[in-house]
Amino acid sequence: MATKPKGAKKAPSKASKAELLEFYRAMLLIRRFEEKAGQLYGMGKIAGFCHLYIGQEAVVTGMQACLKDRDQVITGYRDHGHMLACGLDPKGVMAELTGRSGGLSKGKGGSMHMFSREKNFFGGHGIVGAQVPLGTGLAFANKYKGGDNVSLAYFGDGAANQGQVYESFNMASLWDLPVVYVIENNQYAMGTSVARASAEVELYKRGISFEIEGEAVDGMDVLAVKEAGEKAVKYARSGKGPYILEMKTYRYRGHSMSDPAKYRKREEVDDIRTHHDPIEGLKGQIIEAGHATEDELKNIDKEIKGIVKDAADFSLESPEPDASELWTDVLREVEGV
Amino acid sequence: MSVDILMPALSPTMEEGTLSKWLKKEGDKISSGDIIAEIETDKATMEVEAVDEGVLAKILVAEGTEGVKVNAVIAVLAEDGEDAGDVKPKSNGAAAPAKSDAEPVAKEEKPKPPSDAEAAPAAPVLSDPSIPEGTSFTDTTVRDALRDAMAEEMRRDETVFVMGEEVAEYQGAYKVTRELLQEFGARRVVDTPITEHGFAGLGVGAAFGGLKPIVEFMTFNFAMQAIDQIINSAAKTLYMSGGQMGCSIVFRGPNGAASRVGAQHSQDYASWYGHIPGLKVIAPYDAADAKGLLKAAIRDPNPVVFLEHELLYGTSFPVPDLEDHILPIGKAAVKRVGTDVTLVGYSRMVGFALQAAEELAEQGISAEVIDLRSIRPLDTATVIESVKKTNRLVTCEEGWRFMGIGAEICASVVSDAFDYLDAPPARVHQKDVPLPYAANLEAMSLPGVADIVAAARKVCYVDQE
Repeated sequence: MATKPKGAKKAPSKASKAELLEFYRAMLLIRRFEEKAGQLYGMGKIAGFCHLYIGQEAVVTGMQACLKDRDQVITGYRDHGHMLACGLDPKGVMAELTGRSGGLSKGKGGSMHMFSREKNFFGGHGIVGAQVPLGTGLAFANKYKGGDNVSLAYFGDGAANQGQVYESFNMASLWDLPVVYVIENNQYAMGTSVARASAEVELYKRGISFEIEGEAVDGMDVLAVKEAGEKAVKYARSGKGPYILEMKTYRYRGHSMSDPAKYRKREEVDDIRTHHDPIEGLKGQIIEAGHATEDELKNIDKEIKGIVKDAADFSLESPEPDASELWTDVLREVEGV
Repeated sequence: MSVDILMPALSPTMEEGTLSKWLKKEGDKISSGDIIAEIETDKATMEVEAVDEGVLAKILVAEGTEGVKVNAVIAVLAEDGEDAGDVKPKSNGAAAPAKSDAEPVAKEEKPKPPSDAEAAPAAPVLSDPSIPEGTSFTDTTVRDALRDAMAEEMRRDETVFVMGEEVAEYQGAYKVTRELLQEFGARRVVDTPITEHGFAGLGVGAAFGGLKPIVEFMTFNFAMQAIDQIINSAAKTLYMSGGQMGCSIVFRGPNGAASRVGAQHSQDYASWYGHIPGLKVIAPYDAADAKGLLKAAIRDPNPVVFLEHELLYGTSFPVPDLEDHILPIGKAAVKRVGTDVTLVGYSRMVGFALQAAEELAEQGISAEVIDLRSIRPLDTATVIESVKKTNRLVTCEEGWRFMGIGAEICASVVSDAFDYLDAPPARVHQKDVPLPYAANLEAMSLPGVADIVAAARKVCYVDQE
């Protein structure tokens, strides 16, 4: 970060070697996947809207480490990282980006609309803020059914100004719903900085009038994310109600592929990349602690590049959906009525 | 000077009520603001406050009297110094009972269901082959039929719950959810804050999470706040997910014009939701269909928009005494058989079409009346079959003509039965203006029986323009 966010936590270094290396792999997979997606977009293989997650990898990686299998995740349209973190097949994600039959939505959803019942990933939603009541509804269902599942609803600093977010906060707090709201504050809602759009720029305070606990977290530090995430998820799981985490993070690329990002200085981006990159930061910690050598980490990188290459190859080889798919999945068949 | 105390109108649609209790007796001194009586409407029991001061000289309508018309004189107040024994009501108030032991006015809710007028015992089962022969029927209001449908489905399936504004403790703004809280508890009958966008989205999320929500909108006018979640989240996600993410949810509530509530509270949304692939849209007319189709909607694995009509809630129709009366979604019903012209409508317009058919019969024109029941899927086959017989078509909708349901039906008929038409189809609809408040302008704006009769005469070339 250009400036250390107020209230951000200093990362502890008590994580195990295995955990650190797993975070490294997970973040690198997202980074390399997104770089490849950007490349395929440039080649005309991916079309439409494509919002890359590069720079924000620590947020979803750290949060995912706090969840149990039956917990649910829902997010907005900058969603490829969340899919990969939830364990969705990179081939299926990339083939959806290229609009092929092997895509997770058979090519009918696209970048912003992928789901996995099996992995409890509920999308992938293209309308800014719409996923917040939806995620709150998942939490409602969790509470209704009993058990202790938690839902995670991610949204950005832009969505944080949508009215339905506050309608959701109110009901979640009123009914003590087990939901953690993760605000990924990457500083810009498309081209508008937080300061230009928000009367209260400390977004973790947005829950105060609903009596929802909130805290700001250094979202460029995966360990800080995990520590805050564990506390928040535990809080929600114990039946105390919702919790807000504001992740101070940054996206390196434009809002979408067509955004030249003229609203910020090149130096600002370079400063973050040089001094606060989540992957480089973790790499330094791993080497410093003697958990792995530079060469061993290079091998991980090589392995990840292989996974991403396979995904890209698959996404280009997979055929376009059959014409008959145009008419399927509009309505479910009614059984036994 | 004595003062007449009149039966007050306690809601926009109230025309009569039950004077359930007098809280003052003759000879009592009354100050303005005192509660003098309790009146029961079909929605609630309300208290009546005194406006003027004086002595309650005469009670003209005994407590327990049903069907007391709005503006009937129910008591007379003597002012200070006046002899209470001498006072007489000044006005006869249109429907004022003539003596104090007033006979109850015949119980008759408006609008009168025209199917009663037809009086043919077979009428309710005219085209419902799903109802076995010999089934008995019980007169039930649309309101109670809807409530029964929800209660039956909630008993049958633990994942069904109802949420919305005032659905629980208040017992429903229009009393459609009456007594559900008592039977199913607050976990399954959920009062929400006034937050349509939020609770519609929360409902969709709960459906994604495996529940079967019934989301009540106090009226569909307020659902415009939530329409993004209904269309973008509920209707489209199955397709966008390649078939993974079903969304079994019902959005229901009163739709269309109420009475004298102005433009923002009076609109027919059938064509709005009918436009959307991924939604089913139902707009029933009578109580049997309301019950059978709401049960089907709740069980349906898809998002269903269920459009009710406030002005039909209090109307009684025969409902079959079946343990599980459920109807298929997407089938129109022929409500009256005829040979000269086909009248097609949905929701409240079906009642007007049946009344129009009655008038037309007196004029020697035999009209067939089709109740669409479902807007999407739209049963065009039944309409086309009818038009092939009658060769003439009149569509009847409460909504605006432009891009309306009638336009869709006309296009289908012209496309599939062009050679059978003996006249250009006619459309009956609301005038192309926001609904006015003034009584005369409101009446001019809304379509009614006379419009349907005129349109039918025109397509039959009885009247030339």
